[in-house]
Amino acid sequence: MSVFSDVPQASPVAVFKLTADFREDSHPLKVNLGVGAYRTDDSQPWVLPVVKKVERLIVEDSSLNHEYLPILGLPEFRSAASKVALGDDSPAIAENRVGGVQTLGGTGALRIGADFLWRWYNGTNKTATPVYVSAPTWENHNGVFTDAGFKDIRPYRYWDAAKRGLDLTGLLDDLENAPERSIFVLHACAHNPTGTDPSQDEWKKIAEVMKRRKLFVFFDSAYQGFASGSLERDAWAIRFFVSDGFELFVAQSFSKNFGLYNERVGNLTVVAHDSKSLACTLSQMEKIVRTCWSNPPSQGARIVSKTLNSPELFAEWKGNVKTMADRVLLMRDQLKTKLQALGTPGTWEHITQQIGMFSFTGLNREYTTCTHTPAQAHPSVNMLCISELCQQSSTRVKHLTTCPDTAALDCDKYFKH
Amino acid sequence: MSRPGSRLYKKGVNQNEDPGAHMFTGTTHTAATASPETRLLFTLEKDAQDRKVHLTGKEYYSEEGKTFELHLTGKIKQQLSADPTLRPEYLSSLGLTKFTQRATEVALGKRSQAILENRVLGVHTPGFTAAMRLGAELLRHWYDVNAAWCGPVYLSSPCDDSLAGIFQAAGIQDIREYYYWDDKQRDICLDKLLEDLETAPEQSVVVLAASAHCPTGADLSQNQWAVITQLILRRRLFPFLMLPAQALCYGDLERDAWPVQLCASNGIELLCAQSFSHCFGLYGEAVGHLLCVLKHNSLLLSVQSQADKIVKSLWSQPSVGGARVVATVLSNPAHLVEWQGEVKHIVERCMLIREVLRERLRLLGTPGCWDHLTQQRGLYCCMGLNGQQVEFLSKWRHVYLLPSGCLNVSAINGRNLSYVAESIHLALTTSL
Repeated sequence: MSVFSDVPQASPVAVFKLTADFREDSHPLKVNLGVGAYRTDDSQPWVLPVVKKVERLIVEDSSLNHEYLPILGLPEFRSAASKVALGDDSPAIAENRVGGVQTLGGTGALRIGADFLWRWYNGTNKTATPVYVSAPTWENHNGVFTDAGFKDIRPYRYWDAAKRGLDLTGLLDDLENAPERSIFVLHACAHNPTGTDPSQDEWKKIAEVMKRRKLFVFFDSAYQGFASGSLERDAWAIRFFVSDGFELFVAQSFSKNFGLYNERVGNLTVVAHDSKSLACTLSQMEKIVRTCWSNPPSQGARIVSKTLNSPELFAEWKGNVKTMADRVLLMRDQLKTKLQALGTPGTWEHITQQIGMFSFTGLNREYTTCTHTPAQAHPSVNMLCISELCQQSSTRVKHLTTCPDTAALDCDKYFKH
Repeated sequence: MSRPGSRLYKKGVNQNEDPGAHMFTGTTHTAATASPETRLLFTLEKDAQDRKVHLTGKEYYSEEGKTFELHLTGKIKQQLSADPTLRPEYLSSLGLTKFTQRATEVALGKRSQAILENRVLGVHTPGFTAAMRLGAELLRHWYDVNAAWCGPVYLSSPCDDSLAGIFQAAGIQDIREYYYWDDKQRDICLDKLLEDLETAPEQSVVVLAASAHCPTGADLSQNQWAVITQLILRRRLFPFLMLPAQALCYGDLERDAWPVQLCASNGIELLCAQSFSHCFGLYGEAVGHLLCVLKHNSLLLSVQSQADKIVKSLWSQPSVGGARVVATVLSNPAHLVEWQGEVKHIVERCMLIREVLRERLRLLGTPGCWDHLTQQRGLYCCMGLNGQQVEFLSKWRHVYLLPSGCLNVSAINGRNLSYVAESIHLALTTSL
């Protein structure tokens, strides 16, 4: 009799199941538009030229120390990563109240932050503290906070399906009514999966309520530089909150903006009120990391650290990032133009109004499960990954938006909300 | 002899309820209390003495006192970095398949019945600790679900100081010890070990070092393993085996994993955490692996799906670089021969240092029997010193051992051997 006899099958995380289904699909024109990975015209993930260069430097560096990294990670990486988020001239950094923890990607950063908050935040109420995630949000947000021990995970209004934009009123309303000291997971830029970000004015309104209601700010920043092409612009919200006096966490991922998807490079930036709180916080986080992965992997952090800490390599990297961001913007433009040229019913302005890798198409479930279409879009939220779109021939784009057998179909039904 | 830290598994971290004005309630006043090992390292760092000797490191040190990667490792890394077909794709949560296949084979043997019957789960993890954590989480959530199992977990006395914390972090608070190292015998005391396990409740999880026990370096013999596996079967215990430095005892991956194979061939379900960091010089490059041998193939998919779910909210996927190197070497017979040669050198050097240290202590007339130095193998060795003597060494001789009186033999070399031997002699002969 096995001790694991009664283990049920866990339901797969949708976006990863999608990729598995895509792999099984034998259709010649299949397209996977669900995964957040930047691809070039030949559908391959792009190795950034600067990364290739730095990798070679590292491989040829005979003076490299082949040791375990410290538990909190490579020091040069942590400081450089936090600087990228907060800015070189950040007063918080100058005041010595900013620290970083190197983590296994953005997920690792979220988990360490969540574990810490569960143990140390909000007096005795910890487990009961509500955690708010946007509706919709990256699926794994729920998993991470749940497994960290939080029992009360709630959505805050974000996407307005009718106007295909931000539901600011709903968002502010949810902030206003959230119990004091609730934790809010905010997307710093390029909201995943809607591609819709608050404007600067809207961020200010959000901050005002959050300050008044004493809500905890936990930024998820996976796309810095990738969204607008500018590191500064994409970090505006984070920097504004810091200058506004908030203590906060930023879970940073360098998977996308460095194309280091499988090297797992992340950083949890902690902005505390003062340097003593920071030191205590980091010491507790170190204990948490010690029982999770103990010492983070070195390769990816070395690449990022070398790049960020060298003025020339840093400039080259910014150029590479802008290349990716520009191509995504181009793809958005092309997709919109082609859809309009085909006379596809509906309006497609939102494709160019949204930002970053993902776009909420406004296509409903029926479209995405239509067996005639080779396109795999996300089954539950109808978003698609813009950067997946290569230079498509008109036939292929047509396949994306209509079905061959038009007589049998009521095209309208695919574009209703 | 007192053994610092034994039987002192605190229940999680202190909850400080001072509201304070800041968000991080409680941390404004509470820095984490450091473990004895951390305090030791802190003192070591502050020690400005030129002659300080650091014998507490986790890595293998060369004769020059440096950590290094195998020559072959460096070569493979160069090859891989120039390989245009390698793209930065997201891995699955379970990691690099080629790596998990090889890791599974070197733990169970290629012709293992369990592998043939497809009832083995292998998960590539970012290091050994991560493998232990994943195993702990799997047990916490899915071990004997109907009985709502929540421990106990038995750890050897002494053991690596992070183990208790890992199980606690996974939500298992009931952590107990079983007798292992006996200071007088300078060896494992099997009788007392068996006594402790005999009284363990059924369904207890027992964490056992398959080889390279940390921190004592004392491993169970094949005969002792035969007795223990019978006990495990009889008392329905669940073994969680550890291979933190696989290949470092005998220079042979499979030989070090012999106990795993014994358990598996006895039809025992088990977990096994492995690391290839030492035998490849890939420290901090995520070459950990968790093996789960199940009774039936029908369970594989569900257990796999649950492991996948746990990984997704911890680290999502492991990093790939190191695993690619290991997989490349283990899949290629020519590389394997070259690898074997380099690892042999490491193993032989450790044996040589043990021999020379034993001889030196004998010549100095140091009280006690030192045979165990050469009877045991691997990176670590327990010197049988008590807390006071360990402190004497660090304070007066600037020679740093682990609080348990154990040391990393590879950190001893031609330049510091005399000094270390003398210091141990003094610690044992000076009345304190």
